[in-house]
Amino acid sequence: MEIVVCVKHVPDTTETEIAIRADERAIEKRGLVFDINEADNYAIEEALLLKEEFGGSITVLTVGLAEADETLRMCLAKGVDKAVRLTDEVFEGSDSYATARILSEAIRDMDYDLVLTGVQADDDGCAQVGVTLAEMLGIPHAALVVSTEVEDGRMKVHRELEGGLHEVLEIELPALFTIQTGINEPRYASIFGIRKAMRKEIETLDLGALGLAEEAVGEAGSKTSLIKLFIPVVTAQATMLEGSPEEVSSELVTIFKNEGVV
Amino acid sequence: MGEIFVLAEHRQGELRDVTFEMLGKGQELAAAMDEPLTAVLLGHSVDGFATELAKQASQVLVVEDERLEHFNSAAHQQVLAHLITGRKPSLVLIGHSACGMDLAPSLATQLDLPLVTDCVGLEFDDGQLFAVREMYGGKVSARVAFSQADVYMATVRQAAFPFEEGELLSGEIIAVDSPLTEEIKSKRFIEYVEAAVGEVDISQADVVVAVGRGIKEEDNMSLVERLAEALGGVLAGSRPVVDAGWLPPDRQVGQSGRTVKPKLYLAVGISGASQHVVGMRASSTIVAINKDPDAPIFKVAHYGIVDDLLKVVPALTEQLGG
Repeated sequence: MEIVVCVKHVPDTTETEIAIRADERAIEKRGLVFDINEADNYAIEEALLLKEEFGGSITVLTVGLAEADETLRMCLAKGVDKAVRLTDEVFEGSDSYATARILSEAIRDMDYDLVLTGVQADDDGCAQVGVTLAEMLGIPHAALVVSTEVEDGRMKVHRELEGGLHEVLEIELPALFTIQTGINEPRYASIFGIRKAMRKEIETLDLGALGLAEEAVGEAGSKTSLIKLFIPVVTAQATMLEGSPEEVSSELVTIFKNEGVV
Repeated sequence: MGEIFVLAEHRQGELRDVTFEMLGKGQELAAAMDEPLTAVLLGHSVDGFATELAKQASQVLVVEDERLEHFNSAAHQQVLAHLITGRKPSLVLIGHSACGMDLAPSLATQLDLPLVTDCVGLEFDDGQLFAVREMYGGKVSARVAFSQADVYMATVRQAAFPFEEGELLSGEIIAVDSPLTEEIKSKRFIEYVEAAVGEVDISQADVVVAVGRGIKEEDNMSLVERLAEALGGVLAGSRPVVDAGWLPPDRQVGQSGRTVKPKLYLAVGISGASQHVVGMRASSTIVAINKDPDAPIFKVAHYGIVDDLLKVVPALTEQLGG
């Protein structure tokens, strides 16, 4: 089975203070730790599991600058066969649609049975590139996939719906799935794998190599544009308790008693 | 300009809440633009839904086809593309739900329309549409413009817009012939699978202690277990803890898990992503402990503590006599 996985190198902002850049159109990225997008990490693992069972090869793609090689190398270290970075200064400012356009031109002529992406990126949270890409490639898709099973030229997948409900679908290959977190247990790369990955070449493809026009990418090729970012006020409603752990605990116990829960 | 489409979402014989939330927002936008609000209903034997929707919209377009009985993005996309191309609405609203996430991006791409996903705000300003959406797990908000187009598309976050039943309308119900001509073979619905129910039903508990990514290690889970015990409550969690396998799926609170409304909800190390908040915001008293002062969980909390949970949780457990 030939599998293509699209990944994104994103900043981890879960417990970090975020500052907005002076132009208000991006956050200040200096000092942030970057890693593979969480859902994409599960997509890589799903590809590795399928390859272990059915053979074939895995190609990982990303759209990004040289620092994204760190994420690509980690994928190679885990057992991905080939890494390609789609990179050009005119790609800057691409929205989900333009990003999918760039990826689609790279994938279109490849030999593949399956394309995997994460459900959504931890930074912009659009959940849009995967399903857009499927339409551009003209292949069927399923979003929010939480289990996969190969069946004779087709796949049976579970999609995660709301309230713990799943939907079971049968899809013809080639197809694209957006992979939800929790579908598997992503492995860690071995030291041996990391060493081997250091020596592997990462192919890069730019605008010309992909045969794209400049108007099809970046802000020109986008269908949406960020006007301005702002930090929402989070503590407007909550009563914030301050003091040592013992002091705040004692206040909480009083609150619990007043509310009649203890 | 033209009418506003709202895609009615239904599953297993019920219209989903996001449908009414979108109709509420759609009425406001339609009134501002002086355009009709049109509910779009695709399904099989859905007359009852059409009657219900007609109370909230100027008109209801109904496409009846047995191939539309269960949601299938491929079938829905064909039908919606047909309706949008024929009627040229100014705006199409679809839920940012498991259905909408599977449907809207490919539909927008097929029709070459601008789409903004997961909107929590939408407004027309001088004829141009703007959206507000969240980024970085809710820590940043963004105002987004759509590129100029005849038809705009947006997916709307579930539970973002309150639905208040106002004056009932009596919209016209219009049947439209299904444009589907053959069975869609590339993508077929097989069945629904219900979540397994474990020994504890967290939705019935008066006190829920919920743990998130901030717990860091599986070894720390015993700290929150003891706290839950001291409070006579049940232990639950947000998605990352369940994904890691530290709690079973039936303990997950949020959009894809359970919805709870206990007397006390204690969120420990939970950042408060919208998918989590939608499952616990109705709790009577919400207390959040998180070392990140910008964590969105403090937006819904009644009481907040900015500190390391590994220090606060043991201190609290001790004072509760645990």
